[in-house]
Amino acid sequence: MSPKTLYDKIWDAHLVHEAEDGTSLLYIDRHLVHEVTSPQAFEGLRMAGRTVRAPDKTIGVPDHNVPTTLDRAKGIENEESRIQVEALDRNAAEFGIHYYPVSDIRQGIVHIVGPEQGWTLPGMTVVCGDSHTATHGAFGALAHGIGTSEVEHVLATQTLIQSKSKNMKVEITGKLAPGVTAKDITLSVIGETGTAGGTGYVIEYCGEAIRDLSMEGRMTVCNMAIEGGARAGLIAPDEKTFDYVKGRPHAPKGAAWEAALAWWETLKSDADAHWDKVVTIRGEDIAPVVTWGTSPEDVLPITAKVPAPEDFEGGKVGAAKRSLEYMGLTPGTPLNEVEIDTVFIGSCTNGRIEDLRAAAAILKGRKIKEGLRAMIVPGSGLVRAQAEEEGLADIFQEAGFDWRLAGCSMCLAMNPDQLSPGERCAATSNRNFEGRQGRGGRTHLMSPAMAAAAAVTGRLTDVRDLMKVDA
Amino acid sequence: MEKFEKLSGVAAPLPLINVDTDMIIPKQFLKTIKRSGLGVNLFDEMRYDDDGNEIPDFVLNKPAYRNAEILVAGENFGCGSSREHAPWAIKDFGIRCVIAPSYADIFYNNCFKNGILPIALPQEQVDILMAEAEKGANARIEIDLEAQTVTTSEGEVIRFDIDPFKKHCLLEGLDDIALTFEKVAAIDKFEAAASAARPWV
Ligand code: SF4
Repeated sequence: MSPKTLYDKIWDAHLVHEAEDGTSLLYIDRHLVHEVTSPQAFEGLRMAGRTVRAPDKTIGVPDHNVPTTLDRAKGIENEESRIQVEALDRNAAEFGIHYYPVSDIRQGIVHIVGPEQGWTLPGMTVVCGDSHTATHGAFGALAHGIGTSEVEHVLATQTLIQSKSKNMKVEITGKLAPGVTAKDITLSVIGETGTAGGTGYVIEYCGEAIRDLSMEGRMTVCNMAIEGGARAGLIAPDEKTFDYVKGRPHAPKGAAWEAALAWWETLKSDADAHWDKVVTIRGEDIAPVVTWGTSPEDVLPITAKVPAPEDFEGGKVGAAKRSLEYMGLTPGTPLNEVEIDTVFIGSCTNGRIEDLRAAAAILKGRKIKEGLRAMIVPGSGLVRAQAEEEGLADIFQEAGFDWRLAGCSMCLAMNPDQLSPGERCAATSNRNFEGRQGRGGRTHLMSPAMAAAAAVTGRLTDVRDLMKVDA
Repeated sequence: MEKFEKLSGVAAPLPLINVDTDMIIPKQFLKTIKRSGLGVNLFDEMRYDDDGNEIPDFVLNKPAYRNAEILVAGENFGCGSSREHAPWAIKDFGIRCVIAPSYADIFYNNCFKNGILPIALPQEQVDILMAEAEKGANARIEIDLEAQTVTTSEGEVIRFDIDPFKKHCLLEGLDDIALTFEKVAAIDKFEAAASAARPWV
């Protein structure tokens, strides 16, 4: 047999049919559904008199529109948002899928809930009408976002029409320096390859620095594979993966666990597998980074200065000019002098318990800069509960952070958590597009530790400066 | 789905790279539970000021391009989220074809599900078409999907590549779900074998 990558193996294990031109029908093991990209799909089913083929493999949770304020039990004020969430409530009941309503403590961002509940397992195919489905790749699952028509297709047939992507290997060698986290890895990779660098590929992340990451960190890395243009990002499962999965509500148990484990242990790329593209980055070379522009590829170490349009080539010159204008930044300004108004810690990129621990480690015994608006939005009700149990919530509140309920919140500002025009935000989310966090809002992406540091000083800050004070 | 065979229309130039889905249709319009009616909000934040008035400089607000049926843009068009609201808004505005050097994967796929033809061409050829689009209503570009050609108003013919299956579906206006239902026996068979091999799924 010819050597295969992990992606090849998962693909082959799910291939229902392949046409001569390579167009393939792929079986889907898990279909996650949220309220924004599913109403039209369920409506399509209803209109055609179709049913959900595998309701047992379909999991729904509202996240994008839900209020994250403590009084949310009183309902959603915005009528359209409320209608959308109610539509999912109804569709979940009507079609009999697994469902975590707003009132359920397990509710949260779909990409946090899936792994937390053990729905996401190694070797699976996982899709969701959401581009950050790539997150689940951290388990060695082939996971990617789909559009609403495809959501309808998966609901009806439990399959997806696909053509195979190429294989790309991103290797992060060696160790990370102190203060450098998974977010810095994933942003640095995009800074290196560009937002289209992964287009047409499925990325496998590997190397010592990736192995060393926790499952939470691996999810952060895979989450942003999409910002690098890739269809999916994945990491071969190992002991850490199995430990994380074991005992979760929907993970296999007993003999089924043993059988699953035996297969999962084979899920790795063969040593002589063919890669269409390879990118290698030394872990030691990665610094804490921030974005300065309006594309996730606009990444620089916090020690750098705001670039000038002339530093770039081709279409990027104009794009940089537009970005700088939108961001209100002057070339040559040291990044760590850029003052911020708001801090947002949360999202499917960085809303897990470890992210909150990293932020708390910086915030402990400190206060946020006066006048700053700062919020922490845990990725799920269970993350919130755990953070309270560990005393992290007290640290956040004592520091001056607003401690919210779970949801997407200011990651995309579909609910009332939004930036006002010109407001500048240090955010742990994944997109710094124009208007992403609110019309005219200015987003700088960074790690939770960096965002916490920025909250303390009121400007973009090298987290290592605050760590030194501690030592 | 609506068929796509030929198109002759005015092309609107949007010489930006990395046009993302938040630009194409900002999130406040994702709250709809319908597919239609999004055209007025296409490129909303670039197209209207804070008071909802049209920004005259934005290409789709210029008289020559108000009825554009083709959009010419820079590389990595449609990057960002999986929202199918982006192609829905494009289609609802009246644009049936996008021409750019490259596209983000999910957006590209979503176009085909909605009868929109996304054409990828090398930068030099996009540059030619961008210049053509700049001529406004004086230049109509012709697209022939069957022949896989774009013809400029000067008669220059540019060939493009496209996946044969996607081309077939677009030409015939085929519904993917109906096509897949024809393979239901294969799905049943796969499902039975997979649940024997991986019962924990
Ligand atoms: S947290 Fe942000 S990126 Fe993640 S699913 Fe929600 S809106 Fe999308």
